Formats: sequence, C-alpha cells, structure tokens
Amino acid sequence: MNRARQNPLNTAAAHGALILYTLIALFPVFVIVINSFKTRKAIFRDPMALPDTDSFSLIGYQTVLKQGDFFLYFQNSMIVTVGSLFFILLFGAMAAFALAEYRFRGNLIMGLYLALGIMIPIRIGTVAILEMMVQTGLVNTLWALILVYTAQGLPLAVFILSEFMRQVSDDLKNAGRIDGLSEYRIFFRLVLPLVRPAMATVAVFNMIPIWNDLWFPLILAPAEEVKTLTLGSQVFIGQFVTDWNAVLSALSLAILPVMALYVIFSRQLIRGITSGAVK
Amino acid sequence: MTDRPGKSKIRWHIVVFLAPAVLVYTAVMIYPLFNTLRLSLFTEVGNDRVFVGLQNFRTLFGNPNWSGQFWNALGNNFWFFIIHMLVQNPIGIALAAILSHPRLRFAGFYRSAIFIPTILSFVIVGFAWKLILSPIWGIAPGMLDAVGLKSLYAPWLGKQEYALTTLALVSVWQFVGIPMMLIYAALLSIPDEILEAAEVEGITGFAAFWKIKLPLILPSIGIISVLTFVANFNAFDLIYAAQGALAGPDFSTDILGTFMYRTFFGFQLQLGDPHMGSTIASAMFAVILVGVCVYLFGIQSRMRRYQF
Repeated sequence: MNRARQNPLNTAAAHGALILYTLIALFPVFVIVINSFKTRKAIFRDPMALPDTDSFSLIGYQTVLKQGDFFLYFQNSMIVTVGSLFFILLFGAMAAFALAEYRFRGNLIMGLYLALGIMIPIRIGTVAILEMMVQTGLVNTLWALILVYTAQGLPLAVFILSEFMRQVSDDLKNAGRIDGLSEYRIFFRLVLPLVRPAMATVAVFNMIPIWNDLWFPLILAPAEEVKTLTLGSQVFIGQFVTDWNAVLSALSLAILPVMALYVIFSRQLIRGITSGAVK
Repeated sequence: MTDRPGKSKIRWHIVVFLAPAVLVYTAVMIYPLFNTLRLSLFTEVGNDRVFVGLQNFRTLFGNPNWSGQFWNALGNNFWFFIIHMLVQNPIGIALAAILSHPRLRFAGFYRSAIFIPTILSFVIVGFAWKLILSPIWGIAPGMLDAVGLKSLYAPWLGKQEYALTTLALVSVWQFVGIPMMLIYAALLSIPDEILEAAEVEGITGFAAFWKIKLPLILPSIGIISVLTFVANFNAFDLIYAAQGALAGPDFSTDILGTFMYRTFFGFQLQLGDPHMGSTIASAMFAVILVGVCVYLFGIQSRMRRYQF
C-alpha cells in the first residue's frame, strides 16, 4: 500500500514545488542583505552578485549608525513589546482563570464580551484613542502604545488561555484548597506554572504584530525619543531614499532583530499554530 | 462549582481576577470604538463640537468629492481582498497539502523558511519590493531578461493599472505562511484511519485530497477567509510604506485604511478632520461587521463539522 505516496516522481515534484516557493520567499531578503554589504557601484553593476573583496563596503551601515538613532529605537521597541506582553499575559491569564474556574452570574456574557475584540480591529477606534491619549497626557509616551497593544492582545489571550485552564485538573486545585491555599495562591502557584506552554504560545503570537506595527507608533508616539524601530526605519528610509547604501543597510538592520526572535521562538510558534490553538 | 458560599456574598477574588483585563479592554478598546462611532455624528464649528446627526455620512456618500474617494477606496479594498482569496489561500492550501505528506524530508525546514516573510514588518517588505521592482535598480527586468520575457516588464508600482494588483501580490507573498500553517494543522488532525479506509477503496493522491481531505478542512478555510477579510479591510501599513499616504499613483492604491488616515490627519493642503475620520472609521466598522456576520451566520452555521 501507499504506492502513490512513495512514487519517487511525486516526491521529486513535491520537493521541486517547495524549493521553488522557498526561493520566492527568501529571495527578496537575500538580495537586500547581500547588497547592503556592497559599494554603491557594485549594487547597480551586478545586483545579484555576492560581495567580494573588491565590492565589499560598510558605508551604508556607517551612515545609518551615524544618522539614525537606531539603538534608541530598538530600546523603545523592546520596552513596548516586552511591557505589552507582560500585561497581556498577566491580565489575560487572571481573567481566563476567573472565566474557566468559577461559576458566577454573567460568566458567559463576560466571556463573549471579551471575545468580541478577536474579530473587531482596534484600529477602528483610533480617532477616539488619540483624543483620549491627548487628554490624559499619554500621547508621545511608550505607555500609550503599551496600553493599546495590551487591549488589542487581551481578547485572544483570554480565549486561548481559558481553553487551556479548563484542562488543569480539579483535584490538584481542590487539594490546594484543602491545604488552606488562597485562591490567589492557587492561581499563581499551581495553575500558572501548568499553563506555561500556552502562555508562551500567546506571547509568540502577539510579539510579531506588536514589534512590526506602524499604525499606532505613527499616530500615538511619533516623537523622536519614543519612536519604535519600525517607525524609525520608515522615517529614516523615507529621508535617505536616494542613498541606496543607507536604505539597504537600514532594511538589513531592521530584519536582524526579527530574524533573531524568529530563530529563537520559531519552534514554539509553529507548535502553537499546529497544536490548534487558533481554531 | 468550586466554592459556593452564601448567595449574597461577593466573591472578591473573582472581581480581582477579572478587573484588570476588563478595565484595560473596556477603556482602551471598547469605549474608544463606540466613542468613534459617536464622534461621527458631530462636527467642529469654530472651536465647538456640534451635533449634526447623519450629516457627515450624507457628505461622505452624497458629496461627489468625498463619495468618489470613498467608493474608489472601497472598490480597491475589495480587489485587494479578492486577490488574497484567489492567490494567497490556494497557494497556502497547496503548500500545506504538499507539506503534510507523511515521510516528506526537510518538511520543517521548508515550513520555517516559507513563514519568514510573515514575520517581517510592512516597512521592510514594502521597501524591499519597491527596490526590487524599481526600474533604476534593474533586478526585476534583469530576471525577466534571463528567461526571455523582458518585454513584459513595466514599472508596475508606478502604473495606475498595475500598482494595486502588484501591492496585493506583495501582501500575498508576505502572508501566505498563515493559511499554510493553519491548513497544515488542520490536515495533520485528520486521523490516519480515514485516509487508510479511503486507500482501501482505491482513493489516493489527488483524489484523496479533493474528496476526503478538502471537505474535512473546509471549516479552517472558512476561518482563514474571515481572518483575511478582517485583515484586508483594516490594512494600511503596506500601502503607506510603499506608496505613502497619498496612495499613488493618483490614488489607484488607496484603500479604506489610507483614506481614513489621510482624512484624519490631513495631507498637503487639506486639514485633518477627526469627525470625517470617525465617519470613515464607522463605515469600515460596518463593512467588517457585515463580513463577520456573513461568515458567522451564513457560512459557519451551515458548515458541517466532523468530530474525530
């Protein structure tokens, strides 16, 4: 049996199709990165060639590091992403626990209310969000971004985490209660460690959209000292549009941290998606 | 179930657990959402906010200056969505079907590599493709030349008739990893017994995919379609990064997100108008709501789900 699956011709065709698509997926990234290490002349003379001793140059990176404050942007992106993830996970897990663990009036309604935000994009409310941030003086602070991303991430986090918390054994929690643990201790000491894999999935899902967002940094925090890396590179590239060395280097520098995160977390991300966390 | 003390006693720990999430979510997401809908009923006269009822909507749909732009953006947005449905989702399904073959070597490598564009920001993707397609640099014409198709080359992003389709295809290139992963997960969850039973009946290969697997993954395809719809109708970043807020050439790549941004913040000589911005946001909200309801009531409730 399984003749069709083992046919070498089929296997070759499958690999052919996958290799072709992998090349399509990686080619633009490859072209950008190799050309960022070349002299201006070499970029235009032969864009597909790898840099060699003759054409190698770091002039683009020098411009970028001199002109743009990329370390500050990177730091801002880091603070916003880590801060938002912290609040999404903490608040999301607490609410998910309440919904999964206790029976109370309005449990179902509350769950539906929190799930509303999964389908409705927060961007629709931008005008009023900006107005609110101006009134509270949070505009041009990283807090504005952290708050918005926390609100944006909570619905899916609560949804996924409460699914997982329903699977935590009741015996364990009841044993804790008999030992006199408070409900808070049961949550923090017993339940949270058990749903760590689900928390990692939620974190990885939220991390990439937050890091890459352009809309809210552009609207809520465009000032120089709070620019995120995504907005910073957008503005920088817009200004240096004719300096190809600088643009290519800025793009490569912007790719770098995301790729590093991806290499670290890709296994978690793929396991999260394929375990059916989003169904 | 867990604890039921006296009926009237408030169990404070539930309040404490729920409060932070509900407060942040309500204050930063739900309240502004409704406030934006409310603001669309006002306008600014002098320095005062005046209630004008549906006047802004009358302007948006009745005034030819506004309605022309609105229908242009909405139409472009639909085209953007259709390209995603016709190109992104079939390619994603095909890749997932190939990847889910048992005993395929390097499946993990392909999967991770094909997902890479999805993690890149719109700024990187927009500029990278702008450079590659640029007639100045010559990568795209050079590659077409290599396969003898140089005559097909045009500066796609600069031509009114091609720019939107080109950007939609760039977005497809970026996001094909998402349907691929979700369908891949759905295909893996089909039990082997079903496929083996089909094989005994002589259904293998393509036939097995069309007749057995595809019907079983239809619910996932439905979810992917509605996710694509919502994502496309509040898209903004890619167009802004590649073409700027004016969504050139001559507004041919303007979609609802860029239209709202321009109206809200103003551009060139036109001043920003938060109330018209809210009006457009309300229209976007209506479009998304209709799409989600069509999915929930029209498609999802009629779809048969199989429990394994």
